[in-house]
Amino acid sequence: CTDDLDQSNPNSDTLLSADRVYSNPESYIQLVAKLYAGLATTGQATTGAADISQIDEGESQYIRGYWLMQELTTDEAIIGWNDGTIKDFHYQTWTSGDRFINATFNRLDFQVKNCNEFLRQTTQEKMDARGLSGDIQSEIQTYRAEARFLRALSYYHFIDLFGSVGLVTEDSPTDFFLPEQVSRQQLFDFVEAELLATMEDLPEVGAIEYPRADKGAAWMLLANVYLNAEVYTGNPRYTDAMTYTQKVINAGYSLHDNYEELFLADNDQNGAQNEFIFAVAFDGINTQTYGGTTFLTHAPVGGSMDPDNFGINGGWAGIRTTSALVNKFQIGEDSREQFYTDGQTLEIEDVSSFTDGYAISKWKNVDVEGNPGKDQTGDFVDTDFPIYRLADAYLMYAEIFLRGGGGTQADALNYVNLVRQRAFNDNNHNISGNDFNLNFILDERARELHWEAHRRTDLIRFNKFTGGTYIWPWKGNVANGAPTPSFRDLFPIPSNSLAGNPNLTQNPGY
Amino acid sequence: SVSETATGLPVPGVNVIIKGTSTGTITDFDGNYILQNVANGDVVVFSFLGFATKEIPYTGQATIDVSLEEDAATLDEIVLIGYGSVKKKDATGSVSTISPEEFNKGAVVAADQLIQGKVAGIQVINGGGSPGEGAQIRIRSGSSLNANNDPLYVIDGVPVDSGGIEGGRNPLATINQNDIESINILKDASATAIYGVRASNGVVIVTTKRGKSGELKISYNSTYSYSTINKTVDALTPVQFREYVNANGNEAQIGLIGDSNTNWQDLIYRDAFGTDQSVSATGGKDFYNYRVSTGFANYAGILKRDNFQRTTMSAALTFRFLDDHLRFDINNNNSIIESNYSNRGAIGSAIAFDPTQPVYVDDQTYGGYFRWTNPNNNRLNTLAPANPLALINQTDNYGKAFRSIGNLQTEYKMHFLPELKAVLNLGYDMLSGRSYGGEQLEFVSINADGERSPSSYNNVQNKENRLLDAYLNYNKYFEGSGTNIDLTGGYNYQDFRYPTTFFTDDGNGVIVEVSNETRLNLQSYFARLNLTQSDKYLLTLSIRRDGTSRFTEENRWGNFPAAAIGWKVNEENFLKGSDIVSNLKFRGSWGITGQQEVGDIYPSLPLYQTGTNTVAYQFGNQFVQTIRPQPYNTNLVWEETETYNAGIDFGFFDERVTGAIDAYERTTTDLLVFTNNPQGVGFSNADDYNIGTLENRGLEIAADVYPFRNDNLTWRLGGNITFQESKITELTLIEDPDYTGLDIGGIGGATGNTIQNHQVGYAPYSFFVFEQAYGADGRPLDGVYVDRNQDGIVNEADKYRYRKPASDVYYGINTDLNYANWNFNMSWRGSWGNYNYNNVDSRLGYGDALLIFDTYVTNGVENLLETNFTQAQYQSDYYIQDASFVKLDNASIGYTFDSFLNDSNSLTITATGQNLLIISDYSGIDPETYGIDNNLYPRPMNFVLGFNFNF
Repeated sequence: CTDDLDQSNPNSDTLLSADRVYSNPESYIQLVAKLYAGLATTGQATTGAADISQIDEGESQYIRGYWLMQELTTDEAIIGWNDGTIKDFHYQTWTSGDRFINATFNRLDFQVKNCNEFLRQTTQEKMDARGLSGDIQSEIQTYRAEARFLRALSYYHFIDLFGSVGLVTEDSPTDFFLPEQVSRQQLFDFVEAELLATMEDLPEVGAIEYPRADKGAAWMLLANVYLNAEVYTGNPRYTDAMTYTQKVINAGYSLHDNYEELFLADNDQNGAQNEFIFAVAFDGINTQTYGGTTFLTHAPVGGSMDPDNFGINGGWAGIRTTSALVNKFQIGEDSREQFYTDGQTLEIEDVSSFTDGYAISKWKNVDVEGNPGKDQTGDFVDTDFPIYRLADAYLMYAEIFLRGGGGTQADALNYVNLVRQRAFNDNNHNISGNDFNLNFILDERARELHWEAHRRTDLIRFNKFTGGTYIWPWKGNVANGAPTPSFRDLFPIPSNSLAGNPNLTQNPGY
Repeated sequence: SVSETATGLPVPGVNVIIKGTSTGTITDFDGNYILQNVANGDVVVFSFLGFATKEIPYTGQATIDVSLEEDAATLDEIVLIGYGSVKKKDATGSVSTISPEEFNKGAVVAADQLIQGKVAGIQVINGGGSPGEGAQIRIRSGSSLNANNDPLYVIDGVPVDSGGIEGGRNPLATINQNDIESINILKDASATAIYGVRASNGVVIVTTKRGKSGELKISYNSTYSYSTINKTVDALTPVQFREYVNANGNEAQIGLIGDSNTNWQDLIYRDAFGTDQSVSATGGKDFYNYRVSTGFANYAGILKRDNFQRTTMSAALTFRFLDDHLRFDINNNNSIIESNYSNRGAIGSAIAFDPTQPVYVDDQTYGGYFRWTNPNNNRLNTLAPANPLALINQTDNYGKAFRSIGNLQTEYKMHFLPELKAVLNLGYDMLSGRSYGGEQLEFVSINADGERSPSSYNNVQNKENRLLDAYLNYNKYFEGSGTNIDLTGGYNYQDFRYPTTFFTDDGNGVIVEVSNETRLNLQSYFARLNLTQSDKYLLTLSIRRDGTSRFTEENRWGNFPAAAIGWKVNEENFLKGSDIVSNLKFRGSWGITGQQEVGDIYPSLPLYQTGTNTVAYQFGNQFVQTIRPQPYNTNLVWEETETYNAGIDFGFFDERVTGAIDAYERTTTDLLVFTNNPQGVGFSNADDYNIGTLENRGLEIAADVYPFRNDNLTWRLGGNITFQESKITELTLIEDPDYTGLDIGGIGGATGNTIQNHQVGYAPYSFFVFEQAYGADGRPLDGVYVDRNQDGIVNEADKYRYRKPASDVYYGINTDLNYANWNFNMSWRGSWGNYNYNNVDSRLGYGDALLIFDTYVTNGVENLLETNFTQAQYQSDYYIQDASFVKLDNASIGYTFDSFLNDSNSLTITATGQNLLIISDYSGIDPETYGIDNNLYPRPMNFVLGFNFNF
């Protein structure tokens, strides 16, 4: 009878013991799919089986949380909602108790933990012990490389957002312990080494099905790490950044001919996917979430905007932009300008009021024909989110050139003008050497990449995120904008994490 | 023969024995007995439960006719404790017993409603006004934070599953209240420790009625009730709403205002009727008795379409063989509850829906209901509020739940040693439920092609719980030393299986079907000694060793000891025969109980969860379903609650004043808390840990006073009051002054907001808010909070803990007046020091809430006109409001016709009013919530007429 107290192998189709999982060769693709899905979904059901707790499930989604921290904190986006402390992002008044910061910290950590577990469970020794065939073993080798890439991506986001955290890998203890915090440099070195080691095992560009990670994704991520190295470690690595940016540019990606179509429901097949270096896939039926592009499509719809034009069931009336972004555009000429102004004011008097500030209709759940996405209820969208795309690499080339990382001015200008020719649909707006400087690049990145979760990192690299060199409406919680202290270039380690591990030290200023 | 003094009727089943021997017999059906081999000088003892025991010396009489007096006091005297019973006067623990006379009257369908307000130390808050609604029941506050805080329910010896079932309602409503003989509440550790596992939050023992041997007796109960709504939310009237939108809206919004004047709340509620019929029959011979009953209840809720329908059947059988040495008790209680839940979304929607719009329109696309559609076509904006009546009439939400609880208890008194008894109890608790429903075609938006696809769901859940108890009991009085020893020891096995299937079809081909089966196993060994010396000094010692499948093999077992002493002072010579003191007992107890009931069935096992097909990930042309490692903690151990209790039982002036005072202190250590994993450790961001300490203290006073008690007139005044206090004293691995605690208590309005917080040094569930700033005119300032830490910015760091939902004091006052055949009673209840977060006002009491879109507008509440807030201030302490209250729960008047139709029949007619009066400063519709007032289903006023026939 006392044997019944051992329930370690439940009779359940949804809760499986480790043995049942790892002895089945078909499990491995499902485990690695979860490592990707960690960027897209929030749990093991649309809602109700969350990966991250202590937060609304939709708010725990990777892209949504990362986007809030990268965009709402800048001139590109402001939100009217009353969801907890969400307005603090734009005011730059967040604290270590901020639930959104906590959620994203935990989402990055969730990714790292699951990648570690996958690597731990797929060592040669374990695969042999489980009697897995040679075919599946070689597939698993690729999965392992993808897991290491995804882990490096999340550690990179840790470096960028939080500076330094505990470095935990597949070699760390599996039972309870308190990880030691490493320096930002050590974390940087780890990510660099991992990417260099992993790219050998990743498939060639185009050799693997969309949207799995290939060599191109690893090169682009590494180029980004090097581009920002001076911020992270104090040591510039522009030459290395150029090396990997060039690898990306020469890998066979192509600019799509229509800017607007990059952000539509069918952007995984309308040609936009050829520009994507690494994207997170969403699907209104099969990959449902209240975060991701579902959030990016619903949250900016309000006022007099017609949800039908966005392929959704209604707006969430939250996100607009500030005049600082609007003023960077040549209104009416640049196709990247997708401001919605009907009933909206340019300047923001009441942050809570959706009609204060221009809306942006960049993310949509309709295809190139204007038909709505697959989910007939209009809740969930199909649009994929490109983390990296070729236009970004082009602009990086130009910036690295200007920062002395090598390359040629002719190539740099050529790449920038390729981006601009698509934007303006003509050659008349090409720029020449006279206008070609770093400030131009920063502004051009805002025009090309706004609302794609790059802005905060860009502003910090140009030393304009905090302080008073660049202010925008409602920065510092003042209508016209005010300087903010520089310690806010880094987010605080969430107080929940500090309480869970005394080895973590809070970032200065918090 | 043996008869009853009051009625002269024969009493069957009376124990007749020769004192000091095991020689004896039982009176037969007509109260007759034959006792042989009685010697001169022997004393013959006549005893029967509920009657005063009589002793007659044998002096050669041929017959001894005895008439037994019913003793109201002794009726209560038996209290049930785990695996046995004791006389109330010999109980050492803190135990309360409530019998049917004391039960709340009226339209009641569940045990918790019977005892609400009746007992010190137990607080019952029902979840709202729907018939059969569940309740939150707390005995001496909660001893846990994240683990279960519900008491353990034991129904006829079967510790039942505490949770509900898919498609069911209040799990306690599955027992017909008319079948309940008594409810015993075990409060201190000495009383509960014998139940060990699951008993940390007290034990509620529900005993159903058993048969009496004798002629067939039939009892028929019939009640009819009428319910009507007391109070609705103060939404803006159409006039106020028009005024507000015209003054504050933009052109498009003003253009949306309609010509109608619709009071949506009036439209969704109704006056409702209900009835409850139940009939029971008892009877039996000298070696068996039985009771069978059946009941049917049908209550309509005041929300349109809401309906509760219950059919119950129960049977209780007792067989006695071999001169009463072998006894079988069989109990079986079954219920089928069928529900139409209606759509409760209508409650919130009726407050927020634009009151200038009509209910119906000519366009029949959506069944003729007015709905908010997109500006350029006739498709719905499904994020706008839906027409409240369409929600009710065009969506279906049904439930059907079956429950059966039963057991067979076999008792054998050893022939060679009658003091030794072996008991085997086999029981089960089976639940099976289904909830199903969906949207009707015309409720759903047409798509671009003019087609629609309504969603549907069908959720099936089963619970299969099995129980085995086997124990020995040795009970002997040693004349010489005046010592009574009552020793019990045994083994307990409980197995819980939970197979479930969830099926949803969103109408667009997304079908999610999840099947799952989980299982929990609990096993225990237990022993208890009750020692009574000279009928004055009492000692109870118990120990229980519990094992649970929730924890790993190394951590599985916990030991839970308890000890208690009692001193019956009134038995001392200096008080014996006192005219003043009729009963005085001092009690003291200590004990440790265990808790393992964290929500997860497998919290310490490494398991992997598969994902549904809606959260798969794209790999090329296929979508791969995922597998995720689940968080687990192999180090989990039992949460332990240590309780000290000191009590006094008293009775003065021949028991005209009786009562008890208890003081307790409970400390829970190794608190099971769902809290953060260190970064990099475990899976997910949080898991169950044994972290933290919680302290509960309280004082309970209960008393009954009889200002009059004579043949014709009895007036009883009863009251109980409880003072309580809880504090978290430890919550993290490491003390961290910057740690802001665990946020809990989700609120409505914005996404993911919480209003409560667990933090060291504060009561659990304390509200965590900003301090509202006020202007010189005393009005709250729009969007301005106090910079409490004075760092120049107002942010999260300025929040503070302010008040809590738990009351400092709660009390009940009740009175009965019996005059001749008339009976009148009344029951009041109140609490003090409890606060609510008024989520209705915070959600709809600011301007922006009304005017977000140009395509539709929503209504707000009148509070908006008081505050003039334009922005939401969800976290403001303005909305933390005093919810102290006094309620007149019920008042009833009854008359009994002793000889109805003929002498042996009787009829009692009772008229009852329920929920008659609420005295409170609270501004919402009802101060009684779980702390967050958000779209409470209004508790109606009920008027009930009841008939009770006895044949």
